[in-house]
Amino acid sequence: MSHWIILPVVLPAMLAPLIVLGMRHDLLLQRVASVAGTLGLGAIAAHLLWRASVLGPEAYLLGNWPAPFGIVLVNDRLAALMLALAAVLALIVVLYAIGSGWDRRGRHFHALFQFQLMGVNGAFLTGDAFNLFVFFEILLIASYGLMIHAGGGARLKAGVQYVAYNLAGSTLFLFALGTIYAVTGTLNMADLAVRMAELPPGEAALARVACVLLIIVFAVKGALVPFQFWLPATYALAPGPVAALFAIMTKVGAYAVLRFGTLVYPPEVAATGGIIAQMLLPGAVLTLVVGMVGVLGARTLGRMAAYAAIGSMGTLFLAIAPFEPRASAAALYYMVHSTLAAGCLFLVVDLIAARRGDDALGSDRAPIAQGGLIGAFYFAAAVAVAGMPPLSGFVGKLLVLDALRAEPFGMWLWAAILGTSLIAIMGLGRAGSLVFWKPHGAAAEAHPAHAPAQPLALAALGAGLGLIVALTLMAGPVTGWLGATAAEIHTPSIYIGAVLGPAGG
Amino acid sequence: MELLVASAIGVMTASGVYLILRLRAFPVILGLSMLTYAVNTFLFVTGRLVINRPPVLSPEAAGYTDPLPQALVLTAIVISFGMTAVTVMMALGAFLETGDDRIETVGDRPDGGPDGGPDGGPEDAR
Repeated sequence: MSHWIILPVVLPAMLAPLIVLGMRHDLLLQRVASVAGTLGLGAIAAHLLWRASVLGPEAYLLGNWPAPFGIVLVNDRLAALMLALAAVLALIVVLYAIGSGWDRRGRHFHALFQFQLMGVNGAFLTGDAFNLFVFFEILLIASYGLMIHAGGGARLKAGVQYVAYNLAGSTLFLFALGTIYAVTGTLNMADLAVRMAELPPGEAALARVACVLLIIVFAVKGALVPFQFWLPATYALAPGPVAALFAIMTKVGAYAVLRFGTLVYPPEVAATGGIIAQMLLPGAVLTLVVGMVGVLGARTLGRMAAYAAIGSMGTLFLAIAPFEPRASAAALYYMVHSTLAAGCLFLVVDLIAARRGDDALGSDRAPIAQGGLIGAFYFAAAVAVAGMPPLSGFVGKLLVLDALRAEPFGMWLWAAILGTSLIAIMGLGRAGSLVFWKPHGAAAEAHPAHAPAQPLALAALGAGLGLIVALTLMAGPVTGWLGATAAEIHTPSIYIGAVLGPAGG
Repeated sequence: MELLVASAIGVMTASGVYLILRLRAFPVILGLSMLTYAVNTFLFVTGRLVINRPPVLSPEAAGYTDPLPQALVLTAIVISFGMTAVTVMMALGAFLETGDDRIETVGDRPDGGPDGGPDGGPEDAR
């Protein structure tokens, strides 16, 4: 049993109180601790990634209680991938927050940031359904604080909406867990998988209810239409770096759907069958359409980026919905890409909004400071988000399209993905020309507004876009590794064997 | 007994859902509290309704009640208590910053203006 597995939860859990209690009055110290902690998380995630690829899934028994009775954390390829993704995004975001001065505009940014990472990492690692609820609450309660960081009336109002929506979601989560426990008598995910497969037919109806409730909860987290209403206002009004960090939060929902849909409710289980796929597929198409039409219709840059995040969740859920290895591999590639792309788009929007004074879309402004560089960044992020060549969004969408070809209604799914991509290109292109080109024509004589160059913020954003380029260049080896990951999660016996021991499965 | 517990959970859930659909922060928070009461009771009975039985091993016990849901309820109560406190603080902050406790934000209003719609709609009569 390797203690590495619990470190991604313990490290931020220790660091955050330390920042609150010991470094409250020293921002520099907070920044150093936060960056060092995030770097440490990256190193731990890299090690766990290596372990998962070489040694296979490993379980960590908390308090050394044997598996179905105690709480377990499980590090497999999928969990390690998500941990690494979260750590990389967090590093970009924390550097940006420091470089742009966002962490100075309110108190306790870094402590809340670390608590958020603790919740996200725990949600990826846990092998216990109730524990998943607890980690969801941890990441949510930290996100409430981050969301209203720096205050302001509109932001607080959006925060109240966000909290209310997610509290209702949490209540639903508890109802689902209670039903699952009443049917199966366990909440350990591996044990649950075993018992679901052997469920007597008389219990099938309740098991289906629990499954549907659970997927609704994850759909709320993943902003699947019709549960996306909390997202646009929250992401648009949250501070830029916080919105960028939230790009990983919707992916927690997608991760949970993928985990439960392959482990606990695979299509082979008689009680639930293909019920998840039947719910996800139409929802995903609607999400795609709502998201991309929202990109075209948005009147502020923040809302445009938020709707782009919704649209990318649509593509992601489309790839998850078939629950077969090739589509899941494509979904994982697109998940990595869309997390980085959405994060970068939020950061670019924040840079633009800081220089224009607000993020309203209009051409009646002077050209912004550092317009050339930021314009290039916006162009790259928009290309990535829309899924145009040459960046990894194109590769991701290509993989998704290829995996969906054999599905029933495959051509309609193609039409949905390609049609919405065109709408997204129009929306992003319109916003780009309004912000970067029109001001030069309308107010050419006006001097560009002065703004400090913020080299660290620009470098952090550049690094994020660099990672997207790297993901494109390394697409071959990455998809190979993700293919093996998808094969692993679609063989639940590997996970069950790692948790319950060879005899348990 | 079953009817009593089940209808209590149902009534609390229904009133909770009704309240969170209101447009003011205060009823919404009450509704969320109502929902958490409902879910806590629900969790409590997921171990089946058993009366006068010990939860832990004892030599003279004829049967046991399931201890796990009780542990889950404790966790759920603690979390929902903390969450309610956070919600109240945020709603209070929003009320003090903006001067009203409406739930909807500026961007949600159809005209996108600073304060669309006249005050004094039916949602004011709470």
